[in-house]
Amino acid sequence: MAVEPILSVKNIVKRFGGLTAVNRVSMDLYPGEVVGLVGDNAAGKSTLIKCISGVYQKDEGEIYFMGRRVEYSRPIEAREAGIETIYQDLALAGNLNVGANIFLGREVLKRSLCGLVRTLDDAHMQAESKKVLDELEIHIPDYRQQIETLSGGQRQAVAIARALYWQARVMIMDEPTNNLGVVEQRKVLGLIRKLREQGVPVILITHTLPDVFAVTDRIVVLHRGRKVAEKKTSETDSQEIVQYMVGALDDTRPAA
Amino acid sequence: MTLDSQAEAAAPVPIGRRWGRKQIILTLSRVWAWVFLVGLIAFFTISVSITSGGVVNFLSLRNSQNILMAITPVLLMGLGQTFVIISAGIDLSVGWVMGLASVVSALVIRDLFAGGMAQEIAIIIGFAAGLLAAAVPGVLNGLIIARLKVPPFIVTLGMSFIARGVAFLLSGGNVVGNQPPGVRSFGNEAMLYVVSGEGGGIYFLQRPDVTGEALRQLDRVFQWPVVVTAIAVAIAAFVLHRMRFGRHTYAIGGNREAAVRAGVPVDRHTVMLYTLSALTAGLAGVLHTARFSGGSSIAGDPLLLSSIAAVVIGGVSLFGGYGSVMGTVIGALIIAVLITGLVMLNVEPFWQFIVVGIVVILAVLIDQARDLIIGRMESE
Repeated sequence: MAVEPILSVKNIVKRFGGLTAVNRVSMDLYPGEVVGLVGDNAAGKSTLIKCISGVYQKDEGEIYFMGRRVEYSRPIEAREAGIETIYQDLALAGNLNVGANIFLGREVLKRSLCGLVRTLDDAHMQAESKKVLDELEIHIPDYRQQIETLSGGQRQAVAIARALYWQARVMIMDEPTNNLGVVEQRKVLGLIRKLREQGVPVILITHTLPDVFAVTDRIVVLHRGRKVAEKKTSETDSQEIVQYMVGALDDTRPAA
Repeated sequence: MTLDSQAEAAAPVPIGRRWGRKQIILTLSRVWAWVFLVGLIAFFTISVSITSGGVVNFLSLRNSQNILMAITPVLLMGLGQTFVIISAGIDLSVGWVMGLASVVSALVIRDLFAGGMAQEIAIIIGFAAGLLAAAVPGVLNGLIIARLKVPPFIVTLGMSFIARGVAFLLSGGNVVGNQPPGVRSFGNEAMLYVVSGEGGGIYFLQRPDVTGEALRQLDRVFQWPVVVTAIAVAIAAFVLHRMRFGRHTYAIGGNREAAVRAGVPVDRHTVMLYTLSALTAGLAGVLHTARFSGGSSIAGDPLLLSSIAAVVIGGVSLFGGYGSVMGTVIGALIIAVLITGLVMLNVEPFWQFIVVGIVVILAVLIDQARDLIIGRMESE
């Protein structure tokens, strides 16, 4: 590819005491692609992601974002730069409605009572929320509904919409289809494709191989903290990926 | 993309129906307190009328004003408590903070007036001092909870004892008297005066010069403590439901972690919440001083649990995230109507506690039934 990667991690190492959770892992993410990050439990997927999003401090290695070397000491710094991580818990307030969640912490205010005080401009926030969810082709019957009355897939969509609205350049999604019904799973995969269409690259972390083959362009496999394979999705199949995941295959090991 | 369009076409039908039912249950659970309040008033109006042979009217002007005066301290404490509980906290210190504010305001007014200051200025400074004295434990509560991560239950329980001790030390355990006459006027005079019977009328802001038999026909409508409380209710409702402060309060109660990640200044907000709670208790304290023309350290203690009961009856969830100012107003009204009604029916006063207790438990049961039904719908 002639294009520069938007996000590039090089030789990341993260140790917890004597355990090396991530061992010299490098990967690139190009504009408009979806990369699947797969691996068994404790393969180091989450740790790697947390090093990128500023939750953990890496012990070695470099991260380049949009051509510049970056160091994030707190998650908020990565988010403000445009690296948005959507965790399984989605970080939504279930008792607030869609607009209130998308604008939480960044509420739009208007002058009220003859300009004496600034109050919430809920109509504006609702209209903006509707716009961004419409772009994702997500239909919410009533925008005044509290988040907890929405389905799992709709909540996922709200979390994605929030990231999109606040100009995420890269989206990292941690097991987005967990705990969802089949219909909802398909919707979320549809959302990931939408993000790609809009030019927002996605790192998709998942256990669910069918999801990986449904939406990704490339697959990175981790095993015990090391990257053991990087394949174009069109040039591999789930059997091969499983063999990498369980350690039966390893591209970094010289062939016997 | 065929899979997705199929999915979108298939989804809305069952989900839409489920929401409809869910919304109905949510609405029902929101309005039951109104229905209950109206039912209570109707019940007492009829039964008081029957037991008194038609002589006593539960809905009389005088009785309604008595009820309003009776709920002002409970409601004021409940206002701050509403914010705190919506944020998933609790403030157990407000009872003694109210007493502290009452004592401090009375002491300052007494000493300034005795020192020759005009009573109006002495009263204003005294009330400000009372509010300030209340704010101190509030700020401390907030700081300890936010910065040192001690559970609110423990911090405010401890602060309750501290406020109690300080109030007793300052007052010597006695009622602080020797107040100028303006104190009592502020605590008891009214915005409107209604004189019924012949030669009667309505007087605005000015007490009619009546004596003898006509004095019995004089009703004070909207006494100043009630007016002050009404203004506080209006401001609290506006802040909670229309302003960013309120939105953040709900967000912290709904999902604290999400609020932190979204950049809500949670620690600073917590300090402000407990300060607000202490200030509404302080306001109840200075109004107590005005009403009884004296500062009493024990004024608030018996009202703490009533204020929490009002908040709970009003639908504020102790787990945080839910509730409204209007709910707390109704909760306080329900308690006051119950107590006044039972008194007028000549029921032995101890029954009041039992009845209020039953209503509190009933209110929470209704909330739980709502959550249970909605939970079942979601797992369908």
